[in-house]
Amino acid sequence: MNFHPEYILELLPTIAKYIPITLFMAVVAMIIAVVLGMVLGLMRNSDNPLLRSSASVYISFFRAIPMLVQLFLIYYGLPQLFPIFTKMDAVTAAIIAFGFKQAAFLAEIFRAAFLSVDRGQMEACLTGGMTRVQAYRRIILPQAARNALPATGNIFISLIKETSLAFTLGVVEIFAEAKMQAAESFRFFEAYLAVALIYWVLIIIYSYLQERLEKYLDRPYRT
Amino acid sequence: MIKVTNLKKRFNDLEVLKGIDFEIKDREVLSIIGPSGSGKSTLIRCLNFLETPEEGIIEIGSAKLDATKPTRKEIQQLRDQTAMVFQNYNLYRNKTALQNVTESLIVVKKIPKKEAEELGMELLKQVGLVEKRDNYPATLSGGQQQRVSIARALAQRPHAILFDEPTSSLDPELVSEVLQVIKSIAELDTTMIIVTHEMEFAREVSDHVIFMADGYIVEEGTSSEFFNNPQKDRTKQFLRNYYGEKQNRG
Repeated sequence: MNFHPEYILELLPTIAKYIPITLFMAVVAMIIAVVLGMVLGLMRNSDNPLLRSSASVYISFFRAIPMLVQLFLIYYGLPQLFPIFTKMDAVTAAIIAFGFKQAAFLAEIFRAAFLSVDRGQMEACLTGGMTRVQAYRRIILPQAARNALPATGNIFISLIKETSLAFTLGVVEIFAEAKMQAAESFRFFEAYLAVALIYWVLIIIYSYLQERLEKYLDRPYRT
Repeated sequence: MIKVTNLKKRFNDLEVLKGIDFEIKDREVLSIIGPSGSGKSTLIRCLNFLETPEEGIIEIGSAKLDATKPTRKEIQQLRDQTAMVFQNYNLYRNKTALQNVTESLIVVKKIPKKEAEELGMELLKQVGLVEKRDNYPATLSGGQQQRVSIARALAQRPHAILFDEPTSSLDPELVSEVLQVIKSIAELDTTMIIVTHEMEFAREVSDHVIFMADGYIVEEGTSSEFFNNPQKDRTKQFLRNYYGEKQNRG
């Protein structure tokens, strides 16, 4: 059988050199997605019908179109309409595309998390003299965050994996590097297995960290 | 002083409060009793605008508000003058017992943390829960949670404390510890309005009693007048049912 496991070991450090760019895209896109998702989630729960429906349209659109289509739309499409976007590099385009899409998914997660906090919590804040903003920051948000964390973690895991699509815009991250190594050596299986293992390890590490965080946030609610 | 004039509230087609008027003096305890669905909880929740009444004038301490045109500031003032104890306690679930008591002091009244904590400990002592200061609500019994919530209400130093069925979600054996605490506060001349189903407690603790049914005040009077010599048939029947049931059960 034509399989050389030692070649995987040889490749691992070469591919691992690109872990920072993979994580950079995932983390920055996640920050954009969380901020935007929070705003969209609050808009979806708002009393104002205009805010509500515009958030719905955003969510519907970005949930529907495939990631690859969105990447091409932003990177290759936008410069045609607005020449300023020709200056945008591929990494930026990818981050924007990932962030905008995952914001749509997070919005629904956050909306549900806000709704899952008992109404009485807000009432207690208001009768205690707090403003709505104070109530959200000090009481509602911390409780909602705990409810939202497991599902939000899944979004981040998807994001880490989705960054592999950035290779289509010419970004060299771990998957693109694996592809190039494969093309050079014709050892496709070893190269792709190597990069698969790296994704696996990254996600094992992240899952461990999330579990720790969940335990920490869970302290007040353990009986 | 608390004065309510012609207070009206409807939920869609259902008129829950059909023009409520009453007045109590400072340091008086008012109990509101009546059958389920009579509007008594809605009434107390209108007093701090957790429910928005359509009409009526509410005066509590230094705050005065016309419900037909309330401003955000007036609502805030009304809430500053009152504190509320809920049926389901509604303690902040992400905060410890002590933090629940100090939260408003630190966030709203901007009292330095250390000073707020000293005050908070005093109040926890008053409700007998000093040793639970670092417990989260999830680890406290219903009665303990309600006592913390009473300490939280006291911390606001409000003009009046509003109790919305404070013992209705408690297991029977936990009711008396909470009623004891409420009584001890009443004895300190705190102005209070209490919506309750506990008649004996209402009789003992109140200066004044209001009996509500179908969105109206049917009868009101001093506690002894009301319980010993009710005037209206509706009231007599309600009290008879209540004590009759008690006897049958006991």
